Amino acid sequence: MQYETVIGLEVHVELATNSKIFCSCSAHSFGAEPNAHVCPACCGMPGMLPVVNKRVVDYGMKAGLMLNCDINRVTTFDKKSYYYPDLPAAYQTTQWFAPVAVNGLVEIETSKGKKQVRIKQIHMEEDAGKLVHDIREDTTHVDYNRTSVPLIEIVSQPDLSSAEEVEAYLERLKTLLRYAKVAECEMAHGTMRCDVNLSVRPAGSDVLGVRTEMKNMNSVEAIKRAIEYETARHIDAIENHTEVLVQETRRWDDIKGKSYAMRTKETAGDYRYFPDPNVMPVVIDDEWFDRIKASLPEFPEVKRARYMDEYGLTAYDAEQLTKSIALCECFEAAYSVCKNAKDAANWSISEVMSILNVRKMTYDQLNINGHALGELILLVSEGKVGRANGKKILAAMFEDTALQPLSFAEANHMIMSNDTGLIESVAKAVVEADPKAVSDYKSGKEKALMALFGKCMKELKGNCDPQTLREILVNIVNAQ
Amino acid sequence: MKIVLDDLLLTKDMPTTAGSRMLAGYRSLFDAEVIARLQAAGHTVAGKAAVGEFGFDLLGETSADGALIANGALQNAAAKSVKARKADAAICMDVNGYPRRAAAQSGLISLKPTYGTVSRFGTIPVACSGETVSILAASVADCREVLRAVVGHDDKDGTSLPASDCDRVLQGADTVRKVAVLDVFGGDLSKAEQILTENGVDVCHVDGKIFAAARAAWNILMSAELCNNVSRYDGVKYGYRAQNFTGIDELYTNSRTEAFGDLLKTVILFGSETLSTDNYMKVYDKALRVRRVIKEAFEALFAEYDAVLLPAVSAMTYAPDTVDPFVENGYTAPASITGLPAVVAGGVQVIGNAFSENVLLHIAQLLS
Repeated sequence: MQYETVIGLEVHVELATNSKIFCSCSAHSFGAEPNAHVCPACCGMPGMLPVVNKRVVDYGMKAGLMLNCDINRVTTFDKKSYYYPDLPAAYQTTQWFAPVAVNGLVEIETSKGKKQVRIKQIHMEEDAGKLVHDIREDTTHVDYNRTSVPLIEIVSQPDLSSAEEVEAYLERLKTLLRYAKVAECEMAHGTMRCDVNLSVRPAGSDVLGVRTEMKNMNSVEAIKRAIEYETARHIDAIENHTEVLVQETRRWDDIKGKSYAMRTKETAGDYRYFPDPNVMPVVIDDEWFDRIKASLPEFPEVKRARYMDEYGLTAYDAEQLTKSIALCECFEAAYSVCKNAKDAANWSISEVMSILNVRKMTYDQLNINGHALGELILLVSEGKVGRANGKKILAAMFEDTALQPLSFAEANHMIMSNDTGLIESVAKAVVEADPKAVSDYKSGKEKALMALFGKCMKELKGNCDPQTLREILVNIVNAQ
Repeated sequence: MKIVLDDLLLTKDMPTTAGSRMLAGYRSLFDAEVIARLQAAGHTVAGKAAVGEFGFDLLGETSADGALIANGALQNAAAKSVKARKADAAICMDVNGYPRRAAAQSGLISLKPTYGTVSRFGTIPVACSGETVSILAASVADCREVLRAVVGHDDKDGTSLPASDCDRVLQGADTVRKVAVLDVFGGDLSKAEQILTENGVDVCHVDGKIFAAARAAWNILMSAELCNNVSRYDGVKYGYRAQNFTGIDELYTNSRTEAFGDLLKTVILFGSETLSTDNYMKVYDKALRVRRVIKEAFEALFAEYDAVLLPAVSAMTYAPDTVDPFVENGYTAPASITGLPAVVAGGVQVIGNAFSENVLLHIAQLLS
């Protein structure tokens, strides 16, 4: 029998605000000293009252609008009770009754074509802390840096049906949220986490099968493996009666490549939601709504079309650039200076990308000054700086974001020389020092000339027009 | 003035226990907002007064230090120190009416201001949707002076009302033409009625049956919020921790079992039950709807009357273990559940419209 997998995702995304959701502690907890960003409020001590960080609501609305949601103009916060040592007040403030955004739609594209994924809701909530288990001492430490860091949870409808679609969906969420600059969405940093709800049913059936949930998945590859494993397990259970499927929460062990049922104790429980009386309903008036709406970025597709229409870029270049808002901004700033879209695109795509690869950075970590890139492109296209030196300057721009290409080129002797006398004397010296290369070249070995050319370029520190050098060099060699 | 604080207000330089063994010796890292406001107005903190465990009992009898009893009757610590002039006034948390009962029984004035006009920052949270910082004083003049010091908007409290609303508390008119007596609560209010009539106030009797529903609804809301608010006391971070436990679940269970008193445990269980998935709509949500209906009923009354008169207590003394706080609070629940201001003077209670503190203090002056 043919089966289809039915998948819904709950994606937690840490919002990139400076401070936490209900207090003024720094929200940048990744990599910080344990318990360096805490106060009595986010440690759950009695007496502090939650005051909603308006920026969190801004970002929640932006996320909702990016995902084509309706915004609840009166949105409320509720308390969710459970005991766990990483939750200091023994309740999490979240949105249960009136989440900030509902009824969204996200379009994904896979090898099978385009598909619409419905978003049930997006709610804002506070994160929990972290438990650090010390195996040597057999103790557990608590780090509250992450408590009350703002999150949104994006709940999809069960509209996904394969690992490929899930990957495309997550990639799309990342792109849209990064475009809106509301989140980093880096699974490796824990700023994007994913719960996978999965069931299997005969293809074409409209009855859902038994659903299992895998919590806190933190890499796309692990999610894909988990989906494949769970799908096979469900089908095996249905066809071969190897086990009875029950609705449960399972833990994915990515090293063993298996999922395990969690103890019922870990999953059971009634969260006893109720409206938080200390947080007044947040009323989003027209002025606020319009301001957020106006602040939304151009969507990737719109930008792509504009790059092709307005700048005459190829579909490939437009596609590459619009993968990342950081890259788009770099390109647009560079273009505004150099006024040559093709050059700006080439440098932004190939040169910038090769440096990002070397530095193991993602597009979104791109931090160079696009205007400076534009100046650099001008220096190269006007022949003031050689292309090879241009690349060196670009690499230096990653180290120093305030770097001025022209003054850097001058200080580091990277300005091209038009002094043919100098070029001739260098070429002459190189040729005279290597008579073998000259005779090799004359006996037909083209490569020998290239070796001489390279030596000359090195002597001249790259500051020479290659065409000029080549002509001078050929003349000198032929004259020998 | 010398002010005594009840032990639900957090203080940096003195322990704050909320009357619970759970918080024995607990030191807050910060002071309650009202302390700064009192000091800014030139008042001094004279000390702290014991409260019942998390402040929701009759008069403080469930305190970890035991009940105060004199002549076979329960006493309240804050009222006792004001009465004995050890302090000129007390700042109390009116969680479930104890300051109003204490005032009624000891001939003091208690003013529970409009919800949201005095910051709750730095108070031990118990029943946040209704509890209010309140004043216990020997005279209306003292009460007014303390009120002037503590009323005002505070950015640190998300439920704090705008400054313009807070100003109304201090600047509202004090004219009283008509007062309604709520017959549903019974009690002998004839003396108060007579005084008001003699002062030219038109006193009318209304049935007010709906207001009796405040008690059950408030008990549900208070218990649910209390259950949630005290769940932070788990023996992990601060406060009491059981000596014997294996694993985190036993640490929670043993610490809470050993440190919490019986009445508190009852309320935790009840509150937890009202919020369960099965009961939320049947119980908790219904209580929220009752709250709305009662608010509307008060609004309708205040369209015609300047204030309503009702008892504050069922008796002028309580013998230990004879009065159920969850029945007795029927008198205080209407103002608790609505956040309306209330004053107790001359042994009776008067509830006013939001921001009508000047009306209430004017009536209190007549009655005392």
